[in-house]
Amino acid sequence: MVDLRNDFLGIKSPNPFWLASAPPTDRETNVVRAFKAGWGGVVWKTLGEDPHVVNVNGPRYGAIHAGDRRLIGLNNIELITDRPLGINLQEIKKVKREWPDRAMVVSLMVPCEEQNWVDILKAVEDTNADGVELNFGCPHGMSERGMGAAVGQVPEYVGMVARWCKANTRMPVIVKLTPNIGDIRQPARAANEGGADAVSLINTVNSIIGVDLDIMAPEPHTDGKGTHGGYCGPAVKPIALNMVAEIARDPETHGLPISGIGGITTWRDAAEFMALGAGNVQVCTAAMTYGFKIIDELTSGLKNWMSEKGYSSIDEFIGMAVPNVTDWQYLNLNHIVKAKIDQDKCIKCGRCHIVCEDTSHQAITSMLDGQRHFEVIDEECVGCNLCVSVCPVENCITLEQMTEGTDPRTGQPINPDYANWTTHPNNPNRVGEAAE
Amino acid sequence: MVGTKQSGIAAGRLSGEKYAENFSDLHPPLTSHEALVEADRCYFCHDAPCVTACPTGIDIPMFIRQILTENPNGAAKTIFDENIMGGMCARVCPTETLCEQACVRNDCEEKPVLIGQLQRFATDTAMATGEQPYERASSTGKKVAIVGAGPAGLACAHRLALLGHEAVIFEARPKSGGLNEYGIAAYKAAENIAQREVEFITSIGGISVEHGKALGKEITLDGLRNKFDAVFLGMGLGGVNGLGIDGEDGEGVEDAVEFIAGLRQADELSALAVGRKVAVIGGGMTAIDAAVQAKLLGAEEVTIAYRRGKDQMNASAFEQDLAQTNGVTIRHNVQPVRVVVDSGKVSGIELEYTQAQAGKLVGTGETFILNADMVFKAIGQTFNGEVATLALEGRRIRIDSDRKTSLDGVWAGGDCVAGGDDLTVAAVEDGKRAAESIHQTLSA
Ligand SMILES: Cc1cc2nc3c(=O)[nH]c(=O)nc-3n(C[C@H](O)[C@H](O)[C@H](O)COP(=O)(O)OP(=O)(O)OC[C@H]3O[C@@H](n4cnc5c(N)ncnc54)[C@H](O)[C@@H]3O)c2cc1C
Ligand SMILES: Cc1cc2nc3c(=O)[nH]c(=O)nc-3n(C[C@H](O)[C@H](O)[C@H](O)COP(=O)(O)O)c2cc1C
Ligand code: SF4
Repeated sequence: MVDLRNDFLGIKSPNPFWLASAPPTDRETNVVRAFKAGWGGVVWKTLGEDPHVVNVNGPRYGAIHAGDRRLIGLNNIELITDRPLGINLQEIKKVKREWPDRAMVVSLMVPCEEQNWVDILKAVEDTNADGVELNFGCPHGMSERGMGAAVGQVPEYVGMVARWCKANTRMPVIVKLTPNIGDIRQPARAANEGGADAVSLINTVNSIIGVDLDIMAPEPHTDGKGTHGGYCGPAVKPIALNMVAEIARDPETHGLPISGIGGITTWRDAAEFMALGAGNVQVCTAAMTYGFKIIDELTSGLKNWMSEKGYSSIDEFIGMAVPNVTDWQYLNLNHIVKAKIDQDKCIKCGRCHIVCEDTSHQAITSMLDGQRHFEVIDEECVGCNLCVSVCPVENCITLEQMTEGTDPRTGQPINPDYANWTTHPNNPNRVGEAAE
Repeated sequence: MVGTKQSGIAAGRLSGEKYAENFSDLHPPLTSHEALVEADRCYFCHDAPCVTACPTGIDIPMFIRQILTENPNGAAKTIFDENIMGGMCARVCPTETLCEQACVRNDCEEKPVLIGQLQRFATDTAMATGEQPYERASSTGKKVAIVGAGPAGLACAHRLALLGHEAVIFEARPKSGGLNEYGIAAYKAAENIAQREVEFITSIGGISVEHGKALGKEITLDGLRNKFDAVFLGMGLGGVNGLGIDGEDGEGVEDAVEFIAGLRQADELSALAVGRKVAVIGGGMTAIDAAVQAKLLGAEEVTIAYRRGKDQMNASAFEQDLAQTNGVTIRHNVQPVRVVVDSGKVSGIELEYTQAQAGKLVGTGETFILNADMVFKAIGQTFNGEVATLALEGRRIRIDSDRKTSLDGVWAGGDCVAGGDDLTVAAVEDGKRAAESIHQTLSA
């Protein structure tokens, strides 16, 4: 039997799917609806000090759509909660009491003074919430006031606030990281050193979603002006995956629990984050696009995949892909692949040919004996995967490994041994023995 | 060699390959690429209209999303949760008047998501694994008798077994499946799906079928009520309406349902005899199926004669189109007045034009003769009335919303009850609902 139960820092939830701190977790009504639908936990919409902030009264969101208006990227300029602290705390306490088996984590953002953090932590403890998440991520609005990403972008501040919080509460402390930084390992290390129990990432990415060419202002705009917002949804998943992997494989933070966030829409997205080391995942945009009901797809899909693979609990695959994330210099240069087009599946659109012809290695034919025919020329193919990426038919083009003979492109015999850049003759800094 | 043009009633009108081609799958299954492309069209609507339109209330947006996320087995489970015959329903449901009619895509591009085809993709994938997706609850020790192994009886049995009860089905015929096995058009139930589905359903355990046991013959309702904790009646419609006109017993006049049953059970289609000119009397699905299959067996001219107009036909627009693309002629507003019989054999049917007068259908008195060497009766089936003690409503068994009959401890569903749609999917819903109600009663 497959068991989806999750234990993250001792915070237990019936499944590893939490709703990220955002509008879906803004108030009791929403959170109760989410729990009824089956979500494992929530990180409550970020609390701040009174007087509460206000939001614009114009549009907060902008979106990028793929074909058929499928939403793939969302941009927002919403701030933290715009409701009084007391009301939020009351609701948190009530919901936690009524839903004791669900994870209730409270997101916080207050000015960078120890006393401010001490005060709000005490108030949150009183709700019996399971933990806190420090929002060092909001890239807009709050950062202009020295909070959110303004803190998250300075590793020393991250460590300092984490330390204050650990010293002043019994609750587990999760530090939520901003992706708007060059090297994500720096704030993660600082959080770790400050004693944080875990990091969660990513928050949203600085973005302007588009420009209204009629009024010449960024989208979305309020009274003719716009500001940059935070980008999230399926489009940011690759950015988030990389950052999660970087932290998971960094010797300094290896083993630090991670809550994965960013573009998670399907069970597969979640499984990928977990394979790269996330102990659980948080979802925002997918719920904001389809409603809470998607939880059924997430849990059923994950369960089905786990039983197909023979995993009985999520701990069995968390982090399994981390050892296979490495630096470029350690990739095996003797591993030779060639693209292969399945002629039965090929619909002859010609896209593989033209992208290879125009922008890659001129390795795909367009004609054979006067007929439209697309086939890989092994003498030219470098195995780059571009044709696979643009082919509209799944599994029509595949990369096949050459295990013997000679690579017709280089004329070199296939070498079964591992060899990487560190020993390559073209590397001015090469060493004698390949390091792995 | 007999050809299409051979007069009279004859077998072997076509070549062997032609038979195979004519009776293969009406809609070939979607490939996984096609399924993904189609699934991507679903908007995952809130409180989706398609779900309301499905008599069994399958969570359609959810199963489509599961297909899209490459979880077809999970999708099938979502389907089976509400409709254990999701496989057959995917093939036989008139989706154009059910789920697909409600799809919001009709409003923006007049092309609904192909829900039936996607349902087939998911259920085919799951059934190919040979696994039963359900585990039974622990045994309750209760035994329920079910009459009829058709869609209603099988759906009832599966749900009861799931809930921990034992189901014993009494079935008059040698095979299970009801009209799935004996009635549905061959090209909708290709590749022995009816029997594969029976195996799939009964593989949950706790279901036994006793063939050759007919209520009213080998068994009685009182006997079942004494021996079992509850009884479910799902025996469909055993009788056929007669035409009530001269010549009806001439050689060549046949009951359409029986003709189809014979066709469905035939080992060798080329051995089936069919007329050169065939007339079908009726306007429902049975009339269409008999006409199309007669045509596919090689009949040269097939005509459906229906007494009212096109819009009143019970057969959906899709079914009517299917008949016409197969070369069947549909004549509206004509009613039979006499079967013309020559030396004992049918040679035609005399039809009278009709018109509506003050809401009533009347003959105009003007008639003509349609030549035919075979005439099929497809003007509806009737409830046999195997059990005299049950309260009826319009000649079928009266039930309440829980599918309870007028007798204590007796539930009923499917074609034999009043107020239904006479569709496979409706029978499945009845069986499922009855099982839930039986469970409630037995656990009280
Ligand atoms: C020709 C034809 C084509 C059809 N095409 C379609 C279609 O395309 N799509 C669709 O949705 N619906 C179609 N239908 C309708 C559909 O088949 C029925 O609505 C459905 O089968 C009803 O299920 P049921 O279980 O109530 O009855 P049945 O399927 O009739 O099953 C009843 C079972 O009970 C058994 N039985 C009968 N009497 C007794 C007795 N006294 N004792 C014991 N057992 C008994 C029978 O042998 C049978 O196995 C069609 C019907 C016909 C006749
Ligand atoms: C409208 C909106 C408001 C958000 N507000 C907050 C917030 O108050 N605190 C916070 O930590 N993150 C906030 N986020 C970021 C999300 O929690 C999440 O980190 C981000 O959206 C990436 O996940 P996703 O791709 O699943 O949406 C917000 C996101 C959106 C779209
Ligand atoms: S989502 Fe609701 S609150 Fe937002 S603009 Fe639409 S109606 Fe108004």
